[in-house]
Amino acid sequence: MDDEVRVALRTDADLVNARAQGRAMAEQLGFPRPDPTLIATAISEVGRNIVRHVGCGEIILRPLQEADRYGLVVIARDEGPGILDVEAALRDDYSGMGGLGLGLPGARRLMDDFEIESSADSGTIVTMKKWRVRDELARLREERRRRE
Amino acid sequence: MSVAILREGDYLIASIQSDLSDSEVVELRNELTELVGTHRSRGIVIDVAALVVIDSFVARALRSIVLSAKLRGAETVIVGIQPDVAIAMVHFRLNLQPLRVALDLDQARSLLDRLTSGGGGDGR
Repeated sequence: MDDEVRVALRTDADLVNARAQGRAMAEQLGFPRPDPTLIATAISEVGRNIVRHVGCGEIILRPLQEADRYGLVVIARDEGPGILDVEAALRDDYSGMGGLGLGLPGARRLMDDFEIESSADSGTIVTMKKWRVRDELARLREERRRRE
Repeated sequence: MSVAILREGDYLIASIQSDLSDSEVVELRNELTELVGTHRSRGIVIDVAALVVIDSFVARALRSIVLSAKLRGAETVIVGIQPDVAIAMVHFRLNLQPLRVALDLDQARSLLDRLTSGGGGDGR
């Protein structure tokens, strides 16, 4: 897909870039405030796990267009050792800093859909989406665009 | 590092100029903790208006600045948290204690004046 943006993650400067790109794409898609900031924060959190715990990976950002809603999907992918206990990583701990300290419960609360696939052989893929329902005018425009 | 640190009487004003990477945030903490001793500062104001993201790491780092500055005898006030960033922090349920916040620099100065019992930011 031509609108897709890929950001390679190796350093914490790449992380700054990834969240800026996510924010920019959200704004461009028409997400109202504060959604671009929520998306950027979630990207920062899942991206940091890659930079710190794995060393390298990537963030893929992709617009989603449906008839009555639009969205943005963030895919954070690495080929690291995987998360041993995904359930535990998604649980909030008492400090509210997020389960195993991976920040995943927080990131999940900032987004609408959130999935993790993780295995020791193939690494970890976090897929998270944010959606917005189109208003009537935008819905008709999108319908016309689809017919053309 | 894209942070301007000014000395204003007994206070240090750290003004963040752009979004910071994790290592820059840690650098800022180290520098402020050091400068508090060098200048015998009694208060720190950190202007975070340029930060587009305050996630768990940045929040922890801010907390760490507050606590280490306190051990060096200085109080810290955070100013300029953007509205969207504030909302994101609430959604995220970040634990913000013991951060002290103010809306702007003036409010931060008067808060510090009170915290340091009239230590004054005007060159006394």
